[in-house]
Amino acid sequence: MSEPLLDVEGLYKAYGQHLVLRNVNLAVDRHEVVSLIGASGCGKSTLLRCINLLEEINAGQILLNGEPISAASPNADRVRQRIGLVFQSYNLFPHMSVLDNITLAPRKVRGEGRAASEGEARKLLARFGLADKADEFPDRLSGGQQQRVAIVRALALKPDLLLLDEVTSALDPEMVGEVLDIIRELKNVGMTMMLATHQMAFSRQISDRVAFLDAGRIVEIGPPEQIFDAPEQERTRHFLERVLSTAP
Amino acid sequence: MTVELATANGAGARHELTDAEIERLLAPKPAWTRADVRRSIAIAAVSSIVFVGAAAFLLGRSSGWEAVRAAFFSWPDFKAAFPKVLQGFALNFKIFMIAEPIILAIGLLLAVIRSGRSPVFFPARAAAITFIDIFRGAPSLLVVLTLGFGVPALRISGVPNTTVFWGSVAVILTSSAYQAEVFRAGIDSVHASQRAAARSLGLSNMQALRYVVLPQAVRRVIPPTLSGFVALQKETALISVLGPLEATRQAQIYASLNFNFTSYLVAGLLFIAFTIPLARFTDYLLARAAQRETVGGAV
Repeated sequence: MSEPLLDVEGLYKAYGQHLVLRNVNLAVDRHEVVSLIGASGCGKSTLLRCINLLEEINAGQILLNGEPISAASPNADRVRQRIGLVFQSYNLFPHMSVLDNITLAPRKVRGEGRAASEGEARKLLARFGLADKADEFPDRLSGGQQQRVAIVRALALKPDLLLLDEVTSALDPEMVGEVLDIIRELKNVGMTMMLATHQMAFSRQISDRVAFLDAGRIVEIGPPEQIFDAPEQERTRHFLERVLSTAP
Repeated sequence: MTVELATANGAGARHELTDAEIERLLAPKPAWTRADVRRSIAIAAVSSIVFVGAAAFLLGRSSGWEAVRAAFFSWPDFKAAFPKVLQGFALNFKIFMIAEPIILAIGLLLAVIRSGRSPVFFPARAAAITFIDIFRGAPSLLVVLTLGFGVPALRISGVPNTTVFWGSVAVILTSSAYQAEVFRAGIDSVHASQRAAARSLGLSNMQALRYVVLPQAVRRVIPPTLSGFVALQKETALISVLGPLEATRQAQIYASLNFNFTSYLVAGLLFIAFTIPLARFTDYLLARAAQRETVGGAV
């Protein structure tokens, strides 16, 4: 058994006096899809932001390919190139065309030429049904299209790991499907992903493992059948009862 | 239109509009009918005549009017003073053209330094804040006098010792402090999630600033920056206290030689004529920004 792609060990994260993550331990293998579920404020997003090194952690460590990445080091920028993060609110750059949004990092961070990176970007856009949007500006796109562009932007750096932070939460219901389809396709091609989500049905369908977080701890982690059909923990059962009883 | 439809169908009954009615409903309406235009012009004309008439009547009745008119509104003096004052204004314009790019560069640099958070740059940040506090707080005239008369006396070698040079430096320092605050407001107005998105893609802090934050920040502060241009053009008149023959100084000389103040009117009109296009351009940009932000809104 080779080492996991991502290994989170004893992670603690606090904002001021408020402890948001407590002793989080989690390993993600290559080509694995792990989803994080739990009530708002349970620490899902914070965990993803910590893994992307957007937040400094207070204790513990994070390893990528066995290499510790969480210690303060000037290589954080290099690590982030290997870990893509897609945000709930898309966060596209409004002053750039779709093509420039996607090629900015390959050109400025990787030093790729404009022609090469734009060729790659157009190929990716075509694959996700966005070929005709390359020269549009973000505010001309629907929410679903913007989020798909945001995913393409993260993929342009060919990351080892893709983090998706509630990527459908800000979307109108009829646009959720097109974004979930992309995530399904990425699973099919073997992309390693961690996603924080409120979409229980989708999480069950796409995940190899599901982690339930409550008050900053991973309460229970296991295959979707275990978490959704036979949760071992009382708190997991309670959460799912509440969520599924109000689900459409 | 609504009333018409309601009566045509009896007791205001609701009904599906026919194609012809929809076409009429959607037909482009002139924003102003000819009657509206005529009425507006008539009202504006009457109120202008009443206002100007009342002002002229009051001025003409005042006992000092004749003397003021001779001293400030003398056509022969206007013609006589114009060439010299215009020549002086060329110096104001030159100072403006050289100073503005420098102000933009220093302002941007100060704003970037000030908005940084790394403890490494604490000394630079402290220096930037001190600079801004001093030159925004001190009266411009005082800075012009201090630098214009003080520094040339030091006889520093390698830099010009003219009053024009040091007066310009004083104006540049003051305006840079203001411009820095304008840029800082722009930088602060770009949401933190934009920086986070840039950093998550592996861009360094400087790259995120350069490619993502600053382009958005600068665009947002174009109107107040143009306002700063207008202010700078006027500030160049302060240099007159040091002696260089710019427009205000030339006007002063003419006034003291001829005991006639019309030259001040000439200088004033030149400044105004220069700043009006800038002011209208600022209005245009602000209106365009407002329109873009209220897409679909009628009010």
